Amino acid sequence: MLTWLSLLFLALFALAAFLLGRGRALKAAGGASVRLHSLPNYYGAYAALWAGAPAALLLLLGAVFGGRIEEAVLQADRPAAVSALTPDRQDVFFSDARAIAAKEAPSEVVYEGELKTALDAKVEESRKVTATVRYSTIALAALLALIGALLALPRVGLEFRARNRVEGWINGLLIACSVAAVLTTLGIVLSLVWESWRFFQSVSPLSFLFGTEWSPQIAMRADQVASAGAFGAVPLFAGTFLIMLIAMLVAAPVGLYSAIYLSEYADRRVRSVVKPLLEVLAGVPTVVYGFFAALTVGPLFRAGFNAIGEGMAGGPLDGIAQYLMQVQNQMALVAGVVMGIMLIPFVSSLSDDIINAVPQSLRDGSYAMGATKSETVKKVILPAALPGIMAAMLLAVSRAVGETMIVTMAAGLQAKLTANPLDTVTTVTVQIVTLLTGDQEFDSPKTLSAFGLGLTLFVVTLALNIIALRIVQKYREQYD
Amino acid sequence: MTDAAINAGAAPREQGPRPQLSAAEARLKKRYRSEMWFKAQGIAAIVVAMIFLVVLVGRIVAQGYTTFETHSISVPVYLNPDRIDRSALDGVNYDYIVAEAVMKKLNVQDDDLGTTSGKVMDLVSRDLGFQLLNQIKADPSVIGKTIEVTGPVKADADLYYKGEIKRSTAEEDRKLDNQQLAWLDQLEKDGTVKGGFNFGFFTKSDSTEPEQAGVLGAVVGSALMLIITALIAVPVGVLAAVYLEEFAPKNRWTDVIEVNINNLAAVPSIVYGLLGLALFINWLHVPRSSPLVGGLVLALMALPTVIIATRSALKAVPPSIREAALGVGASKAQTVFHHVLPLAMPGVMTGAILSLAHALGETAPLLMIGMVSFVPGVPEGFTGASTVLPVQVFIWENASERAFHERTAAAILVLLIFMIVMNAAAVILRRRFERRW
Repeated sequence: MLTWLSLLFLALFALAAFLLGRGRALKAAGGASVRLHSLPNYYGAYAALWAGAPAALLLLLGAVFGGRIEEAVLQADRPAAVSALTPDRQDVFFSDARAIAAKEAPSEVVYEGELKTALDAKVEESRKVTATVRYSTIALAALLALIGALLALPRVGLEFRARNRVEGWINGLLIACSVAAVLTTLGIVLSLVWESWRFFQSVSPLSFLFGTEWSPQIAMRADQVASAGAFGAVPLFAGTFLIMLIAMLVAAPVGLYSAIYLSEYADRRVRSVVKPLLEVLAGVPTVVYGFFAALTVGPLFRAGFNAIGEGMAGGPLDGIAQYLMQVQNQMALVAGVVMGIMLIPFVSSLSDDIINAVPQSLRDGSYAMGATKSETVKKVILPAALPGIMAAMLLAVSRAVGETMIVTMAAGLQAKLTANPLDTVTTVTVQIVTLLTGDQEFDSPKTLSAFGLGLTLFVVTLALNIIALRIVQKYREQYD
Repeated sequence: MTDAAINAGAAPREQGPRPQLSAAEARLKKRYRSEMWFKAQGIAAIVVAMIFLVVLVGRIVAQGYTTFETHSISVPVYLNPDRIDRSALDGVNYDYIVAEAVMKKLNVQDDDLGTTSGKVMDLVSRDLGFQLLNQIKADPSVIGKTIEVTGPVKADADLYYKGEIKRSTAEEDRKLDNQQLAWLDQLEKDGTVKGGFNFGFFTKSDSTEPEQAGVLGAVVGSALMLIITALIAVPVGVLAAVYLEEFAPKNRWTDVIEVNINNLAAVPSIVYGLLGLALFINWLHVPRSSPLVGGLVLALMALPTVIIATRSALKAVPPSIREAALGVGASKAQTVFHHVLPLAMPGVMTGAILSLAHALGETAPLLMIGMVSFVPGVPEGFTGASTVLPVQVFIWENASERAFHERTAAAILVLLIFMIVMNAAAVILRRRFERRW
């Protein structure tokens, strides 16, 4: 509330600076704005920017980092009673102190004796620190605004190049915006590497990457009876690979053939109907595919396999029949097929672009030699488009590996090392979701392992994208 | 051979097929066959894709449309002053009072164990009890009077009216026994229970009771989150694209930024969830499961697509526009912001709407930042706990009760309608304002 109010005041102040700057410029020119170097509004904008921008930035930083500063100050000195607690209990203590100070609901932990007095002291301190940080930020912002306006306004004059200065500001803003993309990447890499680093301190990277047993259920408290937990991710990689393979077996032929048909055979009318419909398929949220997989395809496949099993029962393949009769809803095949459906429009539209990029002269040459359409496609167009199609397939693989909702809803949770598509498998993304929903403790390897998996996922998909890009760059035929 | 050559023009066929020609013909036939076969494969691929689409949408409509009809019950309830303790209004068993009223309608008596009233309570939503409580709290003078309350029937009873629970199923396999079904028939016959449009689905938020669960909270949450996403992703993305396309010098730095953006667009969405968890929640302490943190994560995710779309829109503006503006003395910034960007605006807006529509349907990253928590009621602003439509779908899909399945499909329909509206807006924008240079 206070921040909004100060922002409002700042905006009013900047407006005043704008009017003052503009007025001053016009006065210097004696009312004839032609004599000015820049348009009058640029003088106003220059003053307003100096008056408003640094202060606004400071307020923004205060809103974002204020909480962290308060926390650091609060935790700087810890009473003996608090230091005696375990590190995560200390965190709870401090977050409770801040919550009570901010009149929010604290945790359900009951504090007694020395801890209670320490808590009360910290609550008081927290209130003070919060007020100090908040008011000093606002005071500093007001000072900055005032200094900015006082520095900028006197410079406004006949020969002052206000437009160039304002454009310098604009340029700075533009650069800041494009750096945001780089910062996102940096943020992803840093957060994944940092949390993974903490994970790899308790589990060695080798046993993570090559271990064949995955059971992250470990004791949250020391007195709990639970298995020691195993973090071998090979079953997850295998499950991811299996589902990806099934998905590509569906998506690659259907997507590629429909792209070929649409670009080489279909007339304009068919294209104008089918292409938007494929776009609809591409726009359907993945959670919808997940619902479809879990409640339609899963039961359907199960019923189908059970029926086949019953038909075969007692025959020479009785063992297989017995197995088929016990197949469950959650299997790799269901998730794979539905993911394949999801990828059809992706593969199709990418391949379509690539096939269309093959020059018409190649087709004409082939037809002139008497080749049929299919021969032209198979012998001329596909070889010419092959690098692009390979790249498209790799991008589809990258999508399949990173896809989350379909597998979460339709694959399973059991980490099994199997190549049987009728079995339930789990994937990297499913495990990330399971590990990070619900209660989390941020120093147990269980939660941190999700970041290890995330890092692996990020590296693999990034590698696939880079390879795809390289293939296109390296093997692209130059026709002109 | 010579004769044949001379006579070839006259009647070549009558002399029987020549061996060479027949081989060529056979080959041609084979080639045509393979041509047909190839074409058939192409058609089959398209047909398969279209069948998938029809089955997908058809199944969801078939599963979901029943949600939009519901059955409500209206009964006159006598607020017996002996039963209602004025000093502890919250502790009164209003459900039993409602059940009594229904039993009076049905002309049945409760037994000592309360079996009958228990069975009746299984047919009527607890919503009616809450209505009684609210009415009494608002005006205590109604105690002792008879008031009419209307509310939904329990989800299982609703399913029976819709034919989803069938009488033909063995009694022990269904949730309602024969007596309850007879009561339901009787109630419908005498007009106590009426079918109608399910307004509650759009005016209520999530609930553990299927008949009281609605999508309002999720819709509001989605809207709040999308506002944050739009406010961040669109301006930052457009300005970044303007810089890269119009101002940036060609050097190694801009190359790095460019490669970076292309790679970011292909990063799996769940990784953005991990980023949001580590950066926004653990480090910056943005409130968990709030529209604010969801919007921030989705903004980072939508940023690369907005940049890419804006760049292609800017590329489509012909250089002559820039040259003309520069020629009459405009500065670089004036050229871009007064001429190029406004001309590229339809394309920019189309791209922005499409990436926002995509963000609206995204689920995976939001699971990481606590949006799966159960939130009854409408979110209280940008920092309050909230859920969003796709996550609501995920939550309901996990619920075991059957009545939630149709609600899941109905929530998907609502989500799809929002997405169709956004996509249609983008298409109309493109059709209406797109220029061909």
